Amino acid sequence: MATPAVLLLIAFVAVPFLAAIGFSLYNVRLGDPRDPNFMGVEQYARIFTDPNISAQFLSALLHNLIFAAIVVPVQTALALGLALLVKKTIPGVGIFRSLYFLPVVFPIALVAIIWRLILARGDQGLLNSALAFFSGGAFGAQDWLGSETTALASVIVLSIWQGCGFQMVILLAALQQVPSELYEAAELDRAGPWQRFIHVTIPGIRTTLVFVALYTMILSLRVFDQIYVLAKSGGGLNEGATRTVMYEAVTAAFDQNNIGRASAISVVFFVIVVILSLIQRRATRNQEG
Amino acid sequence: MQTTTAPARNINRRRLTAYVPHYIALLVTGTLFLAPVAYMVAASLAPANKTLAGFEVFNVSQWGLHNYAGVASSLSSDSTGHLWQFFAVSFTVTVAVVGLGLIVNSMAAYALSRLQWRGQGIILLAILMLLIVPFEAVAVPMFYLYNDARNTLWIQIVPFIGNALAIFLFYSFFSGIPRSIDEAALMDGAGPWKIFWRIIAPMSKPAYASVAILTFLTQWGSFLWPVLMISDPSLRPLPLQISVFAGQLPPAWGQVMAFGVLLVIPVIVVFLIFQRWFIEGVASSAVKG
Repeated sequence: MATPAVLLLIAFVAVPFLAAIGFSLYNVRLGDPRDPNFMGVEQYARIFTDPNISAQFLSALLHNLIFAAIVVPVQTALALGLALLVKKTIPGVGIFRSLYFLPVVFPIALVAIIWRLILARGDQGLLNSALAFFSGGAFGAQDWLGSETTALASVIVLSIWQGCGFQMVILLAALQQVPSELYEAAELDRAGPWQRFIHVTIPGIRTTLVFVALYTMILSLRVFDQIYVLAKSGGGLNEGATRTVMYEAVTAAFDQNNIGRASAISVVFFVIVVILSLIQRRATRNQEG
Repeated sequence: MQTTTAPARNINRRRLTAYVPHYIALLVTGTLFLAPVAYMVAASLAPANKTLAGFEVFNVSQWGLHNYAGVASSLSSDSTGHLWQFFAVSFTVTVAVVGLGLIVNSMAAYALSRLQWRGQGIILLAILMLLIVPFEAVAVPMFYLYNDARNTLWIQIVPFIGNALAIFLFYSFFSGIPRSIDEAALMDGAGPWKIFWRIIAPMSKPAYASVAILTFLTQWGSFLWPVLMISDPSLRPLPLQISVFAGQLPPAWGQVMAFGVLLVIPVIVVFLIFQRWFIEGVASSAVKG
């Protein structure tokens, strides 16, 4: 009974994964009449040290790390804040629960295009108009996606908007598991809201918080769709300031037909994901034990 | 009477006023979360020259359905692809992946959790290991290995049927069902297939709902794989098409937003109908994953 699933997983996960390791050792190209040459770890050496190639790859890696360094704390904190807001069963709270979750059902390609228009440069974009309106014209129009300094930040904002509701729902489920007696006991001890938050809420959901943070970190490494849409579909995104590891892998494979290098990037990407997953497993297990 | 009701009413009033800051916080964050959605809807209804004209997009008196008529006529030839085709592709792919995935993965999970067979332990371990391989890590080698299947419908479906996370979620759910239930059925002479279809599967509706929703969300928004594999307009799924549509020159942003609204309506409808399952599905994927 397990046969169909096992065969599918072999054909579409296990074999491609082993092939990635294999391809990364050769100069594989699609439609190349010559047989691929064995290159050993040359592809890896190139993406990390060849001055013509490594700068681009290392900047992609850096963008993923900046992305993760900002998105993980900000999105987790925001999701926790929203979860606390919608945890109380007061009239109308269900509407807000759905509202915060709504962007999660939006395909990220669509999200990128909506935000591309909101962030449009000059006074055309909604954000620039709003800022000019509320500052009485003091705040000049920005080219949010095109400028080197704000491009990555803009992508981060739209990614948090789309993903936050997902984390909120997970944290909300954890918050509801914290026994209410603990809050009552803390209240009897005259603990204020902040003390209750630090001494009851946070310890009560620590395992889930760690899970959410590391899960968000892995998602941050996988970022591709929004960068690709904004850079390739007339979004005017500053490519140099936002390229990510997956964007590098896809452009190497698709635009440059360099399957060998793209595979090496995929393998490096996978190694980073595994390291983070292992940290995640260990962290959540320790908390439970 | 008065002495008892007056303090009670006081407490009620105090409770309500205590919620005012809470409601303000809900409304402010709610507005920020809703703003991009409101913009998309407004831009889809506003005249073409008002899409990128700051707040003018919200001028209700100028709204109409011309962008929706425009998108239907812009996407009505074989070179651009037909509007109905993009929906047909996304529907077919999503329904097939979700439906076949539920059957194949739950069968595998049942075999792993209940039946005794050779290699069971190794397969279970292998599936747990595959859980950490993100699709992004195998996208490039798959692009090369399955290049002959470019621009087909099946290459958008078959690779995503077998799913390690789905097997794992079913496995944890089935493992929580007492064995005495299937042993009793075994006594009555039922074989493993009958026990699975008649007893275990019907008892596991929550697991099926969670997996269905998670798969549906990922599949409806799927972008990376279609970018690599699909160039034929008649086989393009919706997220890929919206990026193509947004990238054409000169861009018709009002029509792109109308397309966005049409693209997201099916997911929002499904979300509103199955809201409880959505939220439980997301939460359970975290608790167990």
